[in-house]
Amino acid sequence: MAQEIRNYTMNFGPQHPAAHGVLRLVLEMDGETIVRADPHIGLLHRGTEKLAESKPFNQSIGYMDRLDYVSMMCNEHAYVKAIETLLGIEAPERAQYIRTMFDEITRILNHLMWIGSNALDLGAMAVFLYAFREREELMDVYEAVSGARMHATYYRPGGVYRDLPSQMSQYRESPWHKGKDLKRLNSWREGSMLDFLDAFTDDFPTKVDEYEELLTTNRIWKQRTVGIGVISPEQAQAWGMTGAMLRGSGIAWDLRKKQPYAKYAEMDFDIPVGVNGDCYDRYLVRVEEMRQANRIIKQCVKWLKANPGPVMVENYKVAPPKREEMKESMEALIHHFKLFTEGYGVPAGETYAAVEAPKGEFGCYLVSDGANKPFRVHLRAPGFAHLSSIDPIVSGHMLPDVVAMIGTYDLVFGEVDR
Amino acid sequence: MTDMQKTSLAERLAARFGDTLKISVVRNETSAELAAADLLAVATALRDEPGFRFSELVDLCGIDYLGYGQVEWDTETVSGSGFSRGVEGEAMGRFDWADRPRGVDQPRRFAAVIHLLSIEHNQRLRLRVFCEDDSLPIVPSVTGIWPGVNWFEREAFDLYGIVFDGHPDLRRILTDYGFVGHPFRKDFPLIGNVEVRYDPEQKRVVYEPVTSVVPRVLVPRVIRDDADLLQAQAEAADDWRRN
Repeated sequence: MAQEIRNYTMNFGPQHPAAHGVLRLVLEMDGETIVRADPHIGLLHRGTEKLAESKPFNQSIGYMDRLDYVSMMCNEHAYVKAIETLLGIEAPERAQYIRTMFDEITRILNHLMWIGSNALDLGAMAVFLYAFREREELMDVYEAVSGARMHATYYRPGGVYRDLPSQMSQYRESPWHKGKDLKRLNSWREGSMLDFLDAFTDDFPTKVDEYEELLTTNRIWKQRTVGIGVISPEQAQAWGMTGAMLRGSGIAWDLRKKQPYAKYAEMDFDIPVGVNGDCYDRYLVRVEEMRQANRIIKQCVKWLKANPGPVMVENYKVAPPKREEMKESMEALIHHFKLFTEGYGVPAGETYAAVEAPKGEFGCYLVSDGANKPFRVHLRAPGFAHLSSIDPIVSGHMLPDVVAMIGTYDLVFGEVDR
Repeated sequence: MTDMQKTSLAERLAARFGDTLKISVVRNETSAELAAADLLAVATALRDEPGFRFSELVDLCGIDYLGYGQVEWDTETVSGSGFSRGVEGEAMGRFDWADRPRGVDQPRRFAAVIHLLSIEHNQRLRLRVFCEDDSLPIVPSVTGIWPGVNWFEREAFDLYGIVFDGHPDLRRILTDYGFVGHPFRKDFPLIGNVEVRYDPEQKRVVYEPVTSVVPRVLVPRVIRDDADLLQAQAEAADDWRRN
């Protein structure tokens, strides 16, 4: 007897642990096989671009942190770079080294989050716990410079908010941290923040080895990722892919090398490239990126230790004057008042500033009409372009492969929805 | 390749497309303005021809030029009456729906801006296409050339109401199901038109006109023509500060 089999539609998310936030996927299934995937996004849309139009330039830096909220400072970098281009100013050398260093710290933060959550999605619980151990150390570095663990608002047009602290924060004695344990936790934290980073970067490659030991040759991990979500180089370009998604498909494209900004031209590092363009290759690329980021941080720490100097331009239309100065100089007081009430006007014009964010090319298209607020800010989020390709890539795969694919896109809905 | 290094992108574009493109180079960024009717032919050539090879469309976004250069604070005429002078919240977004600016005579309000990237030549190019009709802005869709533009065009449609002719699936993307209007247009109030709350009597979420927020100006939008930055640089060079 012939039996009629119908495709059925399945709703995936927005409340699903593997949906990485608020992705709603409407999947048309033929048994376990995907016929069509239709992502519904926008559940986290906050109108960041419109909000930025209503505020002076500096007041929107904090919004940038909240876009891709696991690679905060890289987003700030794109926005600040666009403003600096239009203003025609350049941050002092030390500030540029600090930015390079924090971009790479951010890259490690992002990739740790990615490796942990992706492994969790595919059934490897332990990696998440290991990854968060190191993430915590780097969060402390964020906190040390900006006072905030995540939403730093640390980069400013013309430099960074303040110089690196001379003292790294330490753990206090508590019922959870005491005795030998406390001593071990604080052993890296005796000196400055740079000393702490020095110790961290010495140690971090062995930590990456630990993650690799859990995953790289793990049979289950390879079964879930090898040959899954294969993207050809032509496809990757047609779909506007950047970052690890593009490099995983074998195209050696990295803005840090090809269109260097900040101090990347002075850094010695390599660009890992995949061969097959599947989830496993992209995993290998990202793991290697962590090692390379570690190398860059090391070089920055070395330079920053040897070269003190200003971290903000001496331009009081853009950067606030020192507090002590305001006590004595009327000019300084006026500048301070003007900057914090009205902001600064940015010359009319338009620019597109892009940085190599951990997820790909994060761009900021800024149009100014000469006012103290942007006329139009458009933020080009890598995740938005990547996710749009999900339908042709997962069609024909099995349902669990969708989860692997969402993981390999490295999605964060703060930036996809903006 | 030797040919490539000798001529700049702008020169090659001018030689290939002639009057079709209005090319400008500012701060090493090449932009070209073109008519909507020429977009598809130019885009195909830009992607395929060996001199250009813009294999990636990095970004597409809409712009609404309504109120370009409009300010909330008159800095030219008076300075006697303090902060309140002229701050009326008439610039973009600072009004409610009833008081929205209308009938502004602005030829060609909407534009779609495309950012292209050539991986082979390591070059970027910006294309700007103005929409002829303000009441029904239409731009041809380039989804047939770069499939990755699909969502970017949906976004520009959703937020600005720009219709991409030939798009396979032009639905809203970022706003809520059943949303009315195009929120990033400059005549769309920042506070929105409707707010939601749970109505205990009807036992469901209801949509109502916005009452909980009032549009207001904290920092007025202002354009100053004095050369602020040049002056500041001169001041910074001055060493009175250190005395």
